[in-house]
Amino acid sequence: MTFQRTLKSALLGASLVALLAGAASAKTLVYCSEASPEGFDPALYTAGTTFDAASRTVYNRLLEFKHGSTELEPGLAESYDVSDDGLEYTFHLRPGVKFQTTEFFTPSRELNADDVIFSFERQLKADNPWNQYVPGASWEYFAGMGFPDLIKSIEKVDDMTVKFTLTHPEAPFLADLGMDFASIMSKEYADKLAADGKMEQLNQVPLGTGPFQFVAYQPDAVIRYKANADYWGGKEKIDDLVFAITTDAAVRAQKLKAGECHIMPYPNAADVEGLKADPNLQVMEQEGLNVAYLAYNTTQAPFDNVAVRKALNMAINKQAIVDAVFQGAATVAKNPIPPTMWSYNDAVQDDAYDPKAAKKMLQDAGVQNLSMKVWAMPVARPYMLNARRAAELIQADFAEVGVKAEIVTYEWAEYLDRSKAKDRDGAVMLGWTGDNGDPDNFLDTLLGCDAVGGNNRAQWCNEEFDDLVSKAKATADQAERTKLYEEAQVVFKREAPWATIDHSLVFMPMSKKVSGFVQDPLGYHRFDGVDISE
Amino acid sequence: MLRFLLGRVLVLVPTFIGVSVIAFSFIRLLPGDPVMLMSGERVMSPERHAQIMHALGYDRPLVVQYLDYLGGILTGDLGQSIVTKRPVLQEFFTLFPATLELSICAILIAVLVGIPAGVIAGVKRGSWFDQIVMGIALVGYSMPIFWWGLLLIILFSGVLGWTPVSGRISLLYYFPQVTGFMLIDSLISGQAGAFRSALSHLVLPAIVLATIPLAVIARQTRSAMLEVLGEDYVRTARAKGLSPFRVVSVHALRNALIPVITTIGLQTGVLLAGAILTESIFSWPGIGKWMVDSVFRRDYPVIQGGLLVIAGIIMLVNLTVDLLYGLINPRIRHL
Repeated sequence: MTFQRTLKSALLGASLVALLAGAASAKTLVYCSEASPEGFDPALYTAGTTFDAASRTVYNRLLEFKHGSTELEPGLAESYDVSDDGLEYTFHLRPGVKFQTTEFFTPSRELNADDVIFSFERQLKADNPWNQYVPGASWEYFAGMGFPDLIKSIEKVDDMTVKFTLTHPEAPFLADLGMDFASIMSKEYADKLAADGKMEQLNQVPLGTGPFQFVAYQPDAVIRYKANADYWGGKEKIDDLVFAITTDAAVRAQKLKAGECHIMPYPNAADVEGLKADPNLQVMEQEGLNVAYLAYNTTQAPFDNVAVRKALNMAINKQAIVDAVFQGAATVAKNPIPPTMWSYNDAVQDDAYDPKAAKKMLQDAGVQNLSMKVWAMPVARPYMLNARRAAELIQADFAEVGVKAEIVTYEWAEYLDRSKAKDRDGAVMLGWTGDNGDPDNFLDTLLGCDAVGGNNRAQWCNEEFDDLVSKAKATADQAERTKLYEEAQVVFKREAPWATIDHSLVFMPMSKKVSGFVQDPLGYHRFDGVDISE
Repeated sequence: MLRFLLGRVLVLVPTFIGVSVIAFSFIRLLPGDPVMLMSGERVMSPERHAQIMHALGYDRPLVVQYLDYLGGILTGDLGQSIVTKRPVLQEFFTLFPATLELSICAILIAVLVGIPAGVIAGVKRGSWFDQIVMGIALVGYSMPIFWWGLLLIILFSGVLGWTPVSGRISLLYYFPQVTGFMLIDSLISGQAGAFRSALSHLVLPAIVLATIPLAVIARQTRSAMLEVLGEDYVRTARAKGLSPFRVVSVHALRNALIPVITTIGLQTGVLLAGAILTESIFSWPGIGKWMVDSVFRRDYPVIQGGLLVIAGIIMLVNLTVDLLYGLINPRIRHL
């Protein structure tokens, strides 16, 4: 760096500080975030941390999830029409939406159809110049949601109308459009970056239409945003938003107590009581959009026998696991989808914990001296904080009914890989966190016949269940879909491919000065609508 | 002296190549690959997996990949992080000043406290001072750093409110990085209170990071002093009627310092290689955490590039120590 540049940055710094000092009344909200974002182009990544830092602050989508819900509401599209055959979706864009500005770019026009087409085509078409603007871009969610096969074409009808044509009817398509990979970027900004030979900046200096505008990022330290003064939804109540990256949960709690930040995610279960007791703090809680399960290999004897699976399910004391591993910060799961999700079937009866009956069922099934493997993940996940501990409890429960369980584990990457194998030996503990609030994202993704050898760790292919879920996927009417999914949950419980273990509770400790924060069932941390009192 | 220097530098070449081979192969021995880990619980089809591995060039023979990496090193290009997509060197130099600043402060504390404590403990062997210092050193050496850091945070930040909990500077201050050293940048910014804020953020992590080197240096100094104090020439110096202070500080200490300098050099290397635990407790944006995260993500370019740069820096530190050695003990130059 030359001396002149150094001097310039120093002067710039001084003037920024003077600005900050001048605006003494500016409201700043500090969020102690849990990790650094991987980057700022949400379509490239899958981590919630990245979504909080990029897509939910800087960007908008055609459709948005309602605050605190998994339902959709209009975003950059004011309305849409679906053709009768369910193949054509026409979106009418919101007029007058302004893009943000950076030091080196000021938009000359408002949002139009070109931006929408650019945002999707860069992911869809391998020959698009932006498809590999960073080497190895895999567009993970775009592919994961099946978009490469689903989308036949995206056309500009006029400046403010875009038509998506699908290859087959798919109801979850709309929910997918609320997801982070579907964030709408400025084509004009991308063109400018391409012309300057700085394409990689699209992933470093994000520019969108969202409630907050990106200001600066210091890796592993801090991200700064300011409220977007021209936001189409109205300017936010807070002026500045700061993510103070603090990876250790105990330290985050200390920072919150010391007033160094106003909100923190993911407290240690053991710290929650202390935070609740602090007179300056409040702690929100909600069931997470997740499930932890133990998947039997239903293709192998004796686990191909429903009675054996049921008996083992009845042998597990799930409440004891919730108490020991979560200190109560979870609820026992009976369905494969969490209670915060629409179509959750509360009428389903769980297999009651009853070791005596379980032992008898095993005897009746002719199973004696059964020994099996129980796989425990090597890492803590939101739905299972300590898999080893849970596996030990299950091991003890199984011993009660005369089943000898051996706990096995592998390094995380290997665990994920090996557990997929169709001829895998043993029951695998794993879980899932929802992506888009659609039941299909649990039921078909984790239990559908297509997912056998992949996400379907139970290797369970049940025709009745698969029919219900496939039918629901192709139906646009939500009431009809709800019925089908409720029925599917009954089949699931009857056939018991998994022992459903728990849905964890999500805690959000925050200062009492914070108002308007809503916990999000999809696990986002959104700061639109949040205010802070002095 | 020039020959000595040249010899030392030449030894670095095979070492460097060795490090590059280890850095390259070590991470590939671990199961799992970056593409698989990116998809996590969401299984990726084998075709897609192969396609992305191909795009990243990881389907080529290992020898080709290694030569590619070696070629990159020679042209100063260590590649891009698979995760953040930023150049590895750029990431390294954004984060390294934070580690360097913290390490320098920690090693200063360790030397300024450790050497005098070790000298006095050695001279007054068996006294209460000696016993207390060695007791503390043993505790310091055995202390789990994570626990020790949290303890200090809870006491000084939580209960007493004297220091901030974590970070490098209060979020109120915002100025661009000029040198990357917060203490210097805060002074350049000319902003009232910024330097003080940076300093108060540095105190606890520096103390925590200094704990182990301090203990090691104090013990090393003490035992070196004990050895030297028993030598004939020290007895002679005393017999000549020199003041005890002069005997200790000029005659004994100079020789006792030789092994201590090695220890300081090694400890500095260890600190620079990444004060992983300290950095994570205090949310200190340095290279330790960066490297660990990369191992978990199997971010090959970051690991093989980062390891190489860090190894280079440690070699440089060791070279400096060797040269210092020569200054203190002229006999070594001819070895």
